[in-house]
Amino acid sequence: MIELSAPFTEEKIRALKVGDMVNITGRVYTGRDAVHKYLHEGGDCPVDLTDQIIYHCGPVVVKENGKWVVKAAGPTTSAREEPYQGDILRRFGVRGVIGKGGMGEKTLAALKECGAVYMHAIGGAAQVLARCVTEVKGVSMLEEFGSPEAIWEFEVVSFPVVITMDSHGGSLHKEVLAHSSEALQGIL
Amino acid sequence: MSQLRHSLLELVRRTSTTLPDDVTRLLEAGRKQEAEGSVGAYAMNVIHENIGLAQTASQPLCQDTGAILFFVHGPVGMDQMAFRRAAEEAVVEATEKGWLRQNSVDSITGANSGTNLGPGSPTIHFEQWDRPQVDVRLMLKGGGCENVGGQYSLPDNRIGAGRDLEGVRKCVLDATLQAQGKGCGPGILGVCIGGDRGSGYAESKHQLLRKLDDTNPNPELDKLEKSLVEEANSLGIGPMGFGGRTTLLGVKLGVLNRLPASFFVSVSYMCWAYRRQGVVLDASDQSIGEWLY
Repeated sequence: MIELSAPFTEEKIRALKVGDMVNITGRVYTGRDAVHKYLHEGGDCPVDLTDQIIYHCGPVVVKENGKWVVKAAGPTTSAREEPYQGDILRRFGVRGVIGKGGMGEKTLAALKECGAVYMHAIGGAAQVLARCVTEVKGVSMLEEFGSPEAIWEFEVVSFPVVITMDSHGGSLHKEVLAHSSEALQGIL
Repeated sequence: MSQLRHSLLELVRRTSTTLPDDVTRLLEAGRKQEAEGSVGAYAMNVIHENIGLAQTASQPLCQDTGAILFFVHGPVGMDQMAFRRAAEEAVVEATEKGWLRQNSVDSITGANSGTNLGPGSPTIHFEQWDRPQVDVRLMLKGGGCENVGGQYSLPDNRIGAGRDLEGVRKCVLDATLQAQGKGCGPGILGVCIGGDRGSGYAESKHQLLRKLDDTNPNPELDKLEKSLVEEANSLGIGPMGFGGRTTLLGVKLGVLNRLPASFFVSVSYMCWAYRRQGVVLDASDQSIGEWLY
């Protein structure tokens, strides 16, 4: 298990390889469909994403005694952000993307170019992951996009992920797709 | 609060927070099959921990609490409008309590209703039967797994599937390959052979109401269900698509008649967070008489 703590420098991120199991400690920013489309179309980002991590997540957050409390916070499918992600990585200097299901060639190329990684969280594991969120630091675009689509700023401790796409062109998703396609040809 | 609303609220809470035994048993068996130290084993261990945490804390297993699908059987004379009102009230309250995410979005404006109410949400399928009790089953089906479902129109040249069970087999295995890890595997496939485009998908979801360890009444389909799970697991897609041995926990095949001109195979993928539960309501006071899974 590799411990990765903020600041997320290019050097630390370039050292990560496909298959590494990593615990993240620091800040992550949620962003999913609405945020990606908005930024891709030239929208201003209300937070500074330089050397930061975007988390594809639409959490369940409720206000208890005037404070935001995260009730569930697993990853959402990343493939939907494929048209936008590479552009956003380049434009804002993002160092990491947490999601599930992996992403495609455009994002893989941008990861290599920018020195960033794709980190796979365990889909559905909303409780394990919510427990790693120690504080909600803020929220942006809540009114515009609604709670699941807002930019939530989470402080996380030992947030568990697997590196499935690295900054050297490696992709576990490509490997598994190639092997499983071959295996299927063998039994059809 | 009416007793019916109270019972339905408890059904929503339990469905969102606690996996049924038939599912946890197979997940546990899968966890033991993955190679020690592998990424697949790691995923299964996190899943195992998550199931325990969600149940203990009474919080959603997965933050995507999904499309809210009720399947109701009731006696002749049952007031369906009153049931719908009670179900909607229970959904609103479950959303306020955080057992359901605010998950209902206007498809044109993108506005979130904030209550989980809106056209098509919740969805309630009513059927009459000749018994006095009301049987309510609930499925919470997340968007990730719903997005990887698919419908095939046979013959399908791309995968070489003809209009027979061998063609159905090819559709199911292709759907598994296409889904990879995007549907949050290990998954369960509900499949309908036949029907039209609408009824086929509806039946594929009905198949997901079956218990994982049941037997298909058609022996030929029962055999195919079991062999398809084995074949899918030989593809090496594994938990979350990380590679490994547990790709599917089950395949359930249902059949509807078709038009001579049509032969659809409709596949609904359910994620490992297989949130479906059911209750039989007591006929006298609508309290929960029995849990079904």
